[in-house]
Parts: sequence; C-alpha cells; structure tokens
Amino acid sequence: MKTFLTHRLAPAARLATRLLAVSILAMPFVGGFAHAAGDAIKIERQSWTFGGLNGHFDRAQLQRGFMVYQKVCADCHGLKRIKFRNLSQKGGPEFSEAEIQSLAATFKIQDGPNDAGKMFQRPGKPFDAFPSPFANEQQARASNGGAYPPDLSVIAKGRGVSTNAPVYLEPFLWLKEIVMGYQEGGPDYLYALLTGYVAVPSYAKKGDKLVKLPPGETAPGAVQCASVETVDGKDVCTPLQKGMQYNAAFPGHQIAMVAPLADKRVKYTDGTPPTLENYARDVTAFLAWASDPSLEHRKRLGQQVLIYLLITALLLYLAKRRVWARVEH
Amino acid sequence: MSHQSTYEPKTGIERWMDQRLPIIRMAADFSTFPTPRNLNYMWTFGGILTICLMIQIITGIVLAMHYVPSASEAFDSVERIRRDVNYGWLIRNVHMVGASMFFFAVYLHLFRGLYYGSYRAPREVLWILGVLILLVMIMTAFMGYSLVWGQMSFWAVTVITNLFSSIDSVIPGLGTSIVQWIWGGYSVSGTTLNRLFSLHYLLPFVIAGLVVLHIWALHVPGNNNPTGLDVKSSSDTLPFHPYYTVKDGFAIAVFMLLFMWFVFFAPDYLGHPDNYVEANPLATPPHIVPEWYFLPFYAILRAIPSKLGGVVMMISAIVILAFAPWLDSSLVRSTKYRPIYRWFFWLFVVTCIALGYLGSKPAEGHYVMWARIFTAYYFAHFLLVMPIVGIIETPRSMPRSITESVLGNAAHKSGAGSPSGATAAPEKR
Repeated sequence: MKTFLTHRLAPAARLATRLLAVSILAMPFVGGFAHAAGDAIKIERQSWTFGGLNGHFDRAQLQRGFMVYQKVCADCHGLKRIKFRNLSQKGGPEFSEAEIQSLAATFKIQDGPNDAGKMFQRPGKPFDAFPSPFANEQQARASNGGAYPPDLSVIAKGRGVSTNAPVYLEPFLWLKEIVMGYQEGGPDYLYALLTGYVAVPSYAKKGDKLVKLPPGETAPGAVQCASVETVDGKDVCTPLQKGMQYNAAFPGHQIAMVAPLADKRVKYTDGTPPTLENYARDVTAFLAWASDPSLEHRKRLGQQVLIYLLITALLLYLAKRRVWARVEH
Repeated sequence: MSHQSTYEPKTGIERWMDQRLPIIRMAADFSTFPTPRNLNYMWTFGGILTICLMIQIITGIVLAMHYVPSASEAFDSVERIRRDVNYGWLIRNVHMVGASMFFFAVYLHLFRGLYYGSYRAPREVLWILGVLILLVMIMTAFMGYSLVWGQMSFWAVTVITNLFSSIDSVIPGLGTSIVQWIWGGYSVSGTTLNRLFSLHYLLPFVIAGLVVLHIWALHVPGNNNPTGLDVKSSSDTLPFHPYYTVKDGFAIAVFMLLFMWFVFFAPDYLGHPDNYVEANPLATPPHIVPEWYFLPFYAILRAIPSKLGGVVMMISAIVILAFAPWLDSSLVRSTKYRPIYRWFFWLFVVTCIALGYLGSKPAEGHYVMWARIFTAYYFAHFLLVMPIVGIIETPRSMPRSITESVLGNAAHKSGAGSPSGATAAPEKR
C-alpha cells in the first residue's frame, strides 16, 4: 500500500499542485474578462425527471404535454419528424396502439398519385408523420405577420442556455455539468420562454443612465424599453415594436409569438392544476422527448456500459500490477 | 526496425511466410520491441489514439450507409439516423463525441512530446509526421462537422472557405476564384456538401497511412522517455509485451470510461445547440463558433487585424510545431531537468487554454486585446523562448541512465537492476 501511495499517487498529486499553481497564476490574466460578458439573460434551471444519470420521462406528464401541444402549439408549429407510431413507443408517452390508430385517423394525409395519376386525401395511419400546419414557409409567414413558427421536432436540442458565470468559475461549472450529465439547457430555455411573458419593464432616467424599476412601479418621466444598450457611455432605449410581445427569456426580448399559454387554457383530466406553469412544464417535457426519443434507453444502456468498463478497468489494473511486479519500477 | 530481430519461425508455414512476406516476424518484433522501462501514463496516448482512429472509421462507415449528402436531405438523414436506424443514436453519438475525444487525446499526446522533448533528434521525422497527422485531422474534423448541415455547420463552412478570398489582397481575383472552385458555385450549397462528404470519407485513410509511417518512424529510434536519456543498456528497457500492452490496456479502459460518459450522459455537451437547427443561408447565427478543439486557432485567426494575416498566422500556429526540433537549443531533452524552461512550458499550456477560451467569446473589447497578447506569446514561445532559454539555463543534475532514474543511485551500483528486464528476471509471484 505504501508503494502504491508513493509511486502512484505522488506524481498525480504533484501534477495536481502544478495545475493549481498554473491556474492561480493565470487568474489575473483571465479575471479581466468577467466584466465583458454583458447583460446576458439569466435562465433559471428547472428540475426535470429526465435529467441526470438516471433520468426517465414521466408518462402522465408526456401525455399531458402532448395534449397541450395538440390543443395549442399545433395550430402554428409542426412536428414533422415525429410519426404517430412514435407516441406508442417505449420510452415515450406510451399511448396504446388503439389510441394511436384513432388519433392518426383524425388527420388528413395527402397521398398518391393513384392509378388515375391524381393525388388524394386519406385518413392518417400510425406510420405517417405529423402533417405540418402550413404548406410551406411562405404560407406560414403570410399567416403569422411575417414571423415563421419553427417546427418543434428538435427544438429542445436546438436551444440552450449559457452559464454566464465569471471566467474563473466557469471551468468548475462545466465540470459539474459534465459530472451531473446536464443536457437540459434547451428545456430550461423553453420553460423560461413559455412563462416569460411579463410586462415591459420601465426605466427611470438618471442623466445618461437608465435605471430599471421594480415591476409595477412608475416614476415621473419613466420609459418602457424592451431592451437597453449602452452606446458610447449613454444608455439607449429600444421600445417594443408594434406587433411584438415582450418576453423575458427571448434574445432581444421581442418575440412575434403571442403568449400561447394561460391558466385554464387546456382541460386536464388527471387532477393536475390547470396552470400556466404546469402547461409550460408538461409541454416542454413532451418536446424534450420529441427531440430525444431514445433518452431512456440511452441512460439505461449507459449505466450498464459504465459498470462493464469499470470492471474491465479494474481487472486490467490488477493485471498490470501483477505483470509489473516482476520488475522493479 | 532498429532492434535485432529475435524471432525464429518454428513451423513450416511460418518459415514459408517469413521468406515471402515477413509479417509474422514484424508482429513478433513489435511485441518484443525494447521499450524504456520508465514510461509514465502520458505515454499511453499513442495506443489510445489508435483506438480513437479505429472507432471513428468504423462508426463513420456505418453512418455513411445511412447519410445523404445533399442540401435538402442531409439534416433529415441525420435525424433519421438518430430516430429510425437501429442504435443509430448510439453510433452517431460515438462518432460525434469520438471527434472530441480524438482531439483531447491528440493534444495531450502533443503536449507530452513538447514537455519531454520527444521532437528532438533523432525523432524529427516522427514528430513532423505527427504534425501532418494533426493537420489532416483538423481538415477531416472540419469537413465532418459540416456534414450535419445545421446552422453552425453551414456557417462554419461559409466562414472558413471564405478565408481563401483573402488571397485577393495579394493577387486580385485569385482568392475569389479559389473560393468558387471549392464551393462549386457562387455560394456554399449542396454541391459543396457533396465534395466535403467525399473528402471526409477519404482523409481518415490518409491519416491511417500517416499513422503507419508515424509508428515506423517510432520503431527506428525507439521511444523517448521521461528522462529524455537515450537507451544505453538492455537493463534500460522492457519488452513491449506484456509490460506496455497491459499498461496501455488499462489506460485505454480508463479513457473509454470518460469517452462513454460523454456518449451516454452528455452527448451534446461539447457541441452547440445551433447545430440542431437546419442550415439556413438567409439567417446568420449571432455567434459563429467552431467546436472546442478549434477554438485556440480561431482566436489566433481573429486576433490579427488583417484577414490574410489572420489566415497566415492560424496556419503558422500549426506549421511552427514542425520546426520545434531546430528551434530548441537546450542540451537536454526532458523539461524535467530544465528549471527555467518548465515555467515557460506551463505558461504555454495556459496560453493555449486561454486562446481556447477567447475563441469562444465574441471578438470585441477586452477579448481582442487578450487574444493578441496570447497569440504573441504563442509564437514567442517557439521563436524566442525555445532558442534563448536553452542557451541561458543550466540543466539540473540528471541520472546517468534510465535504469538509475528508476532504481536510484545505490541500486545501480550494487547491480540490483536485473540485466534485461522481464525475460531474464525471475517471476515474483
């Protein structure tokens, strides 16, 4: 054991001390960057059942989330990479086959050409993908005041959050996120977005500076700004444009989408309180599944693979010690 | 092969083969290859990198069976692989995370070479082959990233291919012509994607060829070692097998733990969310950043105020590595015995990390100034520190041999070091 300590751990400890010394030396160099980060938007991290190393989806939540998607989001947003059959697959909302059959049948799918060379409409089948609400981007923009509602199939992976930490803390945060298996930046952002429709903040003028007032308060000469930028030491107010909504989480804070969710908008049948927060959480969980349908399988297999590798590594380590015991080293 | 072959064909088939293609002899010589007995775990990355290359090639070939290199289909086909191909999500994650792991290992391998002076005579060709492998790896990884055809893929291709247009400032028109020739048109399009796919499939085999040369060039002078001393007697070495096969094996298993952690628990952590948004030539992402392993070079590119200058410096940052054998004026190889240079070495490591950090930030304000300072040091390290420090510093006292460094002075004198390592040593069980 003593040889193990001196031979194996001492070099590692030496290296660790060196790395620590190097990072302390480097701090004054990099400390200066911390202030340049600007007014990045803070997205609060949520606790999700599907986060972490042992994460799994809550079936009831996915089913509620699908209901919210279907009753609210689907009017404008497509889900083209999801097929009806996916909704009954293991690791998803796991609706029954019969439910999927009848759900699919409520959609009209264009098929063809038939023997007469004509395209025709038929009821949907489980193997069909969700038809998009608009024929093309131009039609979608025309019906949405110029804005394009993106397809939601991979939206939970296509959005993210940044740590916004001072530079000397960032490496520790990265390490923490890697160890915790943090992959929920997208869902955190989506939840913040869906619950981020608040009043446009008011600012009081103080010389060249604009000071944000607490919500609900006003002051003489106060202005409402969607965002404030400092140009040459002077704060410049960007008011909310016509036809846009203020959103606390959206980059630039001006979003074309009208607040999609409100309390009691969708009827829940399982006793879950019909609140904005619950809708936002449930539909986000559903979209997280849609982006990553193999999540549960991945995490379960991952645990098995890591245990297998741990045992392999241990055996190889013992073999290595045995072989190297033949020579002084 | 530098060491005397001890292989003796025993069977008729072996003798027959040995006179025609001595491939069995080669394998036997590999396993008995005299390897310094004092190699530490930093020497395990050669084996780890071989595994990385094999993993990338195997997963890549399977992915290519399902991938469609066209502007309208590429992103969809990646999604199909993730969703509909059996275990497609796993193969894709391994390939995607594998690229990061490959670079992580190659950078550690490279820093190890720099620290212990593995680039110095007589290993210059071995080192230069390594730099060439790094160059081809960079090209391969860049092209592979473009195939996803997400927003970051598309805009990375646009930014990087556009760099060639900087040649216009030397010969007007030439840069633009080269860019259009690369694109196969007047903008980045499906045509560009298709040729990037073709080259992405080709280059890994070029890497494999270079790796063969790299290993050949290793087996002529033999391994360097933490003392930087030459092998002087047979007691300085151990046969590669079983001593280093088992040590490498253990290191590979530990490395795979890290690799698989990312594959299963944080597959997208090292990537950028924007690459899950399909490429759109009409919408530029707010910050175009490359994958983490290119960030130091990206910081150098943006630190230089002139476009052509930035491109030249970025390429020089890799090419300058090839000149290290002739820039280093020290009398000893290993930084272990260099009291002044070791500080500069760690400053160089910090510089590379800092450049990586700066490459991830927008090129504005403080960031630009710091990127310039660190870029200046990056090059000064090779052009000033390496030649000058070697002249002014007095190396620490060194052991007389590799054996002495392992067994200590007394052990050496009393002859306790068994003459030729394992083959002669009685097994202690």
